Amino acid sequence: MQPIPRWADILLVPLVSVLLAAICATLVILAIGQSPWEALTTMVTGALGSAYGWGYTLYYATSFIFTGLAVTIAFHAGLFNIGGEGQAQLGGLGIAMVLLFVPWPHWTIAFTAAILASAAFGAIWGAIPGWLQAKRGSHIVITTIMFNYIAYALIVWILVDILRPPGQAEPATARFATGIPALSDIPGLSLIFTSPVPVNISLFVALIACVGVWALLWRTPLGYEIRAFGKSEPAARYAGIRPVRTIMIAMALSGALAGMMSINNVMGESGRLLQNSSEGAGFIGIAVALMGRSHPLGVVLAALLFGFLYQGGAEIGLWTQIPIDLRVVVQGLVILFTGALGYMVRSMLGVFFRPRKVATGKAVA
Amino acid sequence: MDYGTLLQLLDSTLRLATPLLLACLAGLWSERAGVFDIGLEGKMLVAAMSSGAVAFLTGSAWAGLAAGIGASVVWAVLHGIASITFRGNQLISGVALNFLASGITVLVAQAAFSQGGRTPALSGAARFNEITLPFADTLRGVPIFGRFYAEVISGHSILVYMALLAVPVTWWLLFRTRFGLRLRAVGENPAAVDTAGVSVIGTRYAAVLITGLLCGMAGAYMATALQAGFGREMTAGRGYIALAALIFAKWRPWGALWATLLFGFFQALALRPDVVAGITRTNIPVPALEALPYVLTVLVLAGFVGKAIPPRAGGEPYIKER
Repeated sequence: MQPIPRWADILLVPLVSVLLAAICATLVILAIGQSPWEALTTMVTGALGSAYGWGYTLYYATSFIFTGLAVTIAFHAGLFNIGGEGQAQLGGLGIAMVLLFVPWPHWTIAFTAAILASAAFGAIWGAIPGWLQAKRGSHIVITTIMFNYIAYALIVWILVDILRPPGQAEPATARFATGIPALSDIPGLSLIFTSPVPVNISLFVALIACVGVWALLWRTPLGYEIRAFGKSEPAARYAGIRPVRTIMIAMALSGALAGMMSINNVMGESGRLLQNSSEGAGFIGIAVALMGRSHPLGVVLAALLFGFLYQGGAEIGLWTQIPIDLRVVVQGLVILFTGALGYMVRSMLGVFFRPRKVATGKAVA
Repeated sequence: MDYGTLLQLLDSTLRLATPLLLACLAGLWSERAGVFDIGLEGKMLVAAMSSGAVAFLTGSAWAGLAAGIGASVVWAVLHGIASITFRGNQLISGVALNFLASGITVLVAQAAFSQGGRTPALSGAARFNEITLPFADTLRGVPIFGRFYAEVISGHSILVYMALLAVPVTWWLLFRTRFGLRLRAVGENPAAVDTAGVSVIGTRYAAVLITGLLCGMAGAYMATALQAGFGREMTAGRGYIALAALIFAKWRPWGALWATLLFGFFQALALRPDVVAGITRTNIPVPALEALPYVLTVLVLAGFVGKAIPPRAGGEPYIKER
């Protein structure tokens, strides 16, 4: 394969991948007899055309930043964490625990406690598969898939049999006493978010987490160990990096970030723990991390794009004949092109960067 | 629990185990050749949608089965292109194809039938109907065995018997033919097989195609036999349970049969909490029963209940040395 310049690898490869995904999505829309142009305009106006629209876009993006960072950290350690769903739902359980059973004097303290609880619960749910891989040699992908289902069953059981208030039919907890401010409640920002929107101050936590992940991975010895371990396990071992410790820390951090997603939706938006609270964001984190090339800045950009896609997709489901499931198709295409077909995209681009043919053949003759 | 209830449970065990068994054997073929496939779910889903749609349009369950297999094979080839030809990450490719399947099935079903992403209800020849095996009614009077034969063994659709037959066929092909030997070798040490002049790429594609075929049957069974038509996300994680069963079975065909029957039994139990409560005399929550296969799989994977060792070259794209 022709090597391509670094700038092309960072910029061009994801752009071309997304373009290919968009072309395929257009073909799908044409194939089911709908208008791609109508789909696009509905998405753009629905996701960006109003305070309501961009409020939702940013709300979704906040969740995706957390889960995208979660997948990113695991990727750097050479681990494929597919368990973001379960970790996020457990994070939601942690929030429900601290908000339902402790009377907090002020929302700021409650918020801090909720962040810590969600991170702790998610970290545990991520660290167990990590431990099982490191110590017992079980494959992290399969274990985290299993842990998603176990988490789902666990949450259903807790919601139905334990935390459901008496007399309520729905499997959900009671409403939390404390919430967090939405951006539309904040003076100054309320000029941008003119109608009540779910995007809340978790967005700032997500951005801080981005900086934190960047600093951790590229500015600390631990981050160096994680990245070295992910590049080459034998070399890392030889250099004295302890595999069990590295895997478990990476998975615990990954799970903690996935769990923290719940401060956005469980505490910020719904105000109580519902069944399947993660709503697929754990899986979208995979697409976000792949598209963001496992870098926090890339994750933010990819999360914004997926936030747009999610809110726009909801509007498409409302206003056109195209089902809302189009966004799942696009998500699959993005993962396919940015993740599995990266080699194909790179070799396609390699054609354009082939060095000019110089007349070297003559020397032989 | 009386004998009648037990027979009912076993009957639904067999019904529920069939799609798991087909998908599990599908995964077995792929992973034995060194291609991990977490896309079993997606293949079953596209197969279920295609077979439901075509069976309704043609009124023939067999046409539905053919369409289901066709759609599943397309997905299998996509997985092959991404993970064999372009050496992409097999796990990521599987995840991507699952999402693609989950979305596209609803899009197509909605475009074709406008029934909220479902296919219309199937009836008559558009479904695989139950077959009464010979002597089922005459033997019914025989104590114990007669009723077992009539109520559990007999009275399933042809796909159930085809799935059961697929177990010895898979075993024979994999362990008693040259093709099977080469295929297993490709999953263990592709470089050696390559040196011997066998095409690693070709063998892996063959395995992936068989995976497509079996997943197609599993999906078609879901839509045209177990239920009457396709519904959104109707496979409901069965592809992943099949993957779990494959680990439980330690990548062996007969093990796959027992593992899927066990998991099918758990599913059947989860549908009958009254029976469970009757036996254990405690109130075991239904979610605990539903989570049992996953917990068991984690324990097996971790080596607490036997050790499961996957094919050695699994998950690695093969790059020929130059």
